[in-house]
Amino acid sequence: MTHHRPATAEAADAASWPEHIYGVLKQYDVRQVAYVPDGGHAELIRRVQGDPGIRAVALTTEEEGVALLAGAWLGGQRGVLLMQSSGVGNCVNMLSLVKTCRLPLLALVTMRGEWGEFNPWQVPMGSTTADAFRLMDVGVLRADVPEVVGATVAAAARMAFEGGSATAVLLSQQLVGAKVFVK
Amino acid sequence: MSEAAAMPGSGKLDRRAVVARLVRDRRELVVVASLGSPTYDLAAAGDHDRNFYLWGAMGGAAMVGLGLALARPEVPVAVLAGDGEALMGMGGLATIALQRPANLSLVILDNGLYGETGGQPSHTGAGVDLAGVAAACGIADCRIVETEDAVAALAERIRTVGAGPTVAVVRIDGEEQPRCLPSRDGAALKARLRGAFGLPSM
Repeated sequence: MTHHRPATAEAADAASWPEHIYGVLKQYDVRQVAYVPDGGHAELIRRVQGDPGIRAVALTTEEEGVALLAGAWLGGQRGVLLMQSSGVGNCVNMLSLVKTCRLPLLALVTMRGEWGEFNPWQVPMGSTTADAFRLMDVGVLRADVPEVVGATVAAAARMAFEGGSATAVLLSQQLVGAKVFVK
Repeated sequence: MSEAAAMPGSGKLDRRAVVARLVRDRRELVVVASLGSPTYDLAAAGDHDRNFYLWGAMGGAAMVGLGLALARPEVPVAVLAGDGEALMGMGGLATIALQRPANLSLVILDNGLYGETGGQPSHTGAGVDLAGVAAACGIADCRIVETEDAVAALAERIRTVGAGPTVAVVRIDGEEQPRCLPSRDGAALKARLRGAFGLPSM
């Protein structure tokens, strides 16, 4: 069991949601985890980096991950793309690969710009993240509270890997907590 | 007999001859080609179940190759990319450098031009050195290929699992070649390549 220090008292029972995601990734035999470093996914990224059965692939920009996971699927491996909402816009043209080739993308997106956001530069993309995915026919599920994260990610993984539907899960900023700029 | 002949005008390599030579003895080699001329070059060398042609997703070719190479470490994977494609996906060189896939080769067919859009000069034509960029990212085997012998050596490299990733910048002539158009059906190309690995079509 991994321990980490929650930012607030209310966030204490949220401590396990990254672990729930990790459990789903193992259950679905995900072998490549592509990510742009992100505070909301930090614990999951650490967990994945410590697992010799999963290849953690650090990206320089999110669309690299869309193409990487296309290649993984062509070769017979399942993958997942971890990113922040600001990265979704970067992926739009690359998602034509997913749509044209009918690839089973699974993306897990930590939200910014929607809940107690201090930084207005996060709001334009954070408020249009779901729309950006839908523009490219990526289905969107959403988890607002820690108790539903595991089940939501499992539902998305099933739709992607067994149903062949590109699916994203938006993980609410309420789960992650608003970023504190002045400590 | 010359197999990857120099073009009479520029003295640079003929792209079609280069690609034909690279895939001639391909065995298990999987080849991903970026949109535009690399896809036409690969198709002109002969269609194959282990060819995957991109008709879009510019900047993503090397990453498709990386995902494949990581999924199938026993299979040699080569990516044919134009210089414009490689420039758009330049961050991918850093990502490849960190992963160090021994079975991945990125072959940049560099004519210094955006051939598909009317021959506008690219950044490489103005001096940007993609092999230097790859080397600075930490890729140990970065080569400039300008001769038939170097093409033959590259052909040998790409059809085997090496010691680490290879990035080869092949200086090719800028002359446009007749277009050779393979399938544009991405789902069918996906199913075909997966089928070559014994995987279900979806």
